[in-house]
Amino acid sequence: MGALRRFKVWRGDKAGGQLEDFKVEVNEGEVVLDILHRLQATQTPDLAVRWNCKAGKCGSCSMEVNGMPRLGCMTRMSTFAEDETVTVTPLRTFPVIRDLVTDVSFNYEKARDMPAFAPPSGVAPGEYRMQQVDVERSQEFRKCIECFLCQTTCHVVRDHDENKKAFAGPRYFIRAAELDMHPLDAKTDRKDFAHEQQGLGYCNITKCCTEVCPEHIKITDNAIIPMKERVVDNRYDPLVWLGRKIFRRDQLPAQAPAPHPVVAPRQPPPPRVGTHHIPLGVIWHKPQPDGLEAEVGPDGKMPLTEVTFDRAGAASPFGDNVTFPLPPDSLNYQHPKSDD
Amino acid sequence: MTTTSARPAVTPPAGTRAEIPAKTLRTDRWWLEPALTVLGLTVWLAYGLVHIAMQRWYFAEGPGYSYLTPFYSPCVNNGCVPESAHFGRFVPDWPLIPYALLSLPFLLLFRLTCYYYRRAYYRSFWLSPPACAVPDGHKAYTGETRFPLIFQNLHRYVFYAAVVISLINTYDLILSFHGTEGFGFGLGNVVLGVNVVLLWAYTVSCHSCRHIMGGRLKHFSAHPIRYRAWTFISMLNTQHKELAWITLGTLALTDFYVMAVAADWISDLRFIN
Repeated sequence: MGALRRFKVWRGDKAGGQLEDFKVEVNEGEVVLDILHRLQATQTPDLAVRWNCKAGKCGSCSMEVNGMPRLGCMTRMSTFAEDETVTVTPLRTFPVIRDLVTDVSFNYEKARDMPAFAPPSGVAPGEYRMQQVDVERSQEFRKCIECFLCQTTCHVVRDHDENKKAFAGPRYFIRAAELDMHPLDAKTDRKDFAHEQQGLGYCNITKCCTEVCPEHIKITDNAIIPMKERVVDNRYDPLVWLGRKIFRRDQLPAQAPAPHPVVAPRQPPPPRVGTHHIPLGVIWHKPQPDGLEAEVGPDGKMPLTEVTFDRAGAASPFGDNVTFPLPPDSLNYQHPKSDD
Repeated sequence: MTTTSARPAVTPPAGTRAEIPAKTLRTDRWWLEPALTVLGLTVWLAYGLVHIAMQRWYFAEGPGYSYLTPFYSPCVNNGCVPESAHFGRFVPDWPLIPYALLSLPFLLLFRLTCYYYRRAYYRSFWLSPPACAVPDGHKAYTGETRFPLIFQNLHRYVFYAAVVISLINTYDLILSFHGTEGFGFGLGNVVLGVNVVLLWAYTVSCHSCRHIMGGRLKHFSAHPIRYRAWTFISMLNTQHKELAWITLGTLALTDFYVMAVAADWISDLRFIN
């Protein structure tokens, strides 16, 4: 039997609500989400709270504990004093549905606006080769669990709801950085997209996103600031512009950049000249199926979430009909034998 | 992947936020950090402005040393002591023109546009926001998208200037070993040397430098040397905040040491000559 501790939990919906007081048992080793579950079991069976894995990996139980955005399952009760009242409220930045559950579709809309990975032309799926040093920056951002704590804590939208249209938020800046740093991504206008469509300039790097990230992703230092610097390269740096004008004309932006198709046209891989050793049995020009574009709704966009869609996640940039992993016998790859 | 469910058209309702009257429910001392930042930066600026306006006690020379404070380097004003002016004197002597007219504006801009200092003063002086999940003190917000804050994007250029100024500080350090009667070595050299090393560390750990040296690349594997440089700078960059504060301290300390020696409040501790 643990001690009785004081809790304040916001109860209500979009019509209104208030903080309600509770006295609830707390045992050693418990987290805030455990206490909310005990409240559901003993005092408020209709308390709405979103949760899933209880291990800090699904990003569902985002809430505000004593005013700070946190994961309920990763906030230990031992971090509070025994006589402290713990206040639990829903994420402030998003519209409330009921009690601690908010409507986070703002994030899904911003995710849908983000152009997906653009497959490089001339390299078929299964032929991609990348070195670890080239992908490790992007890999840090893949740790994101989409709890949207960074989105809710960012004052650009938290304190100024009117900026939601222009500002995508830290979670999508790391996505932009992940793809812009990706060694095989074929899209070249990601910096412009971050600047013009995502509102990167609204960020004033006060680093709250980094402070609240439960995955400890260095959002500001490793994604937002590098993206800001990449935008400076493109837009504000006459030295870079002059250098490109003189030495690297190929890097100058085209007069009218063509929008990248959702599915890149597949071309046969270039002939390999002077390959050191081609293992027997590999057919380099194996035909690859052309991907089909995903179905879109009447608004010309994909459905927003997996609740209203037949799959979790966005459409595949490789085509709607290509499933992964590809069957191994159709890959243009043969693992080198140890005696080679 | 294979099942196809009905796809209802989704029109998210224009939602309202949870009605929570309290502006913030934080119970910790979130105001402490912005308060300390205001205090630290104000005290430092006040000290720097006072000594820059004094236009004296900036150069200490003895038989084995010649110390020039970083606040007066390079001394290019006609009012400078001739021995302290390593790059000539060509700026009119007027009380409102600082002696180091060529470096101070760039140093100020370098720190003003620095990604760490931006975080520090946006949070403390501008309250935008004062702390995480604490509402910012402004009705409208456009971030760094418009004049004048769009000029924060010029950090890179001031970084180039800061590198030149760090070179000048290094040159001053080398000259400081030489006095009226030749070579010497004293505590002042150590103070100046520590300051120069830390200034280099702060300058090199800059986010713009990290980007220029390698961060802008897409393929690290094709540029191994730049990758090594980027890795080294990334390591320093994690300490950029600490270096920003430490160098404020060493700058003031170095300046005060030179001032104290120049004003004969203390005598320089000599190791050699």
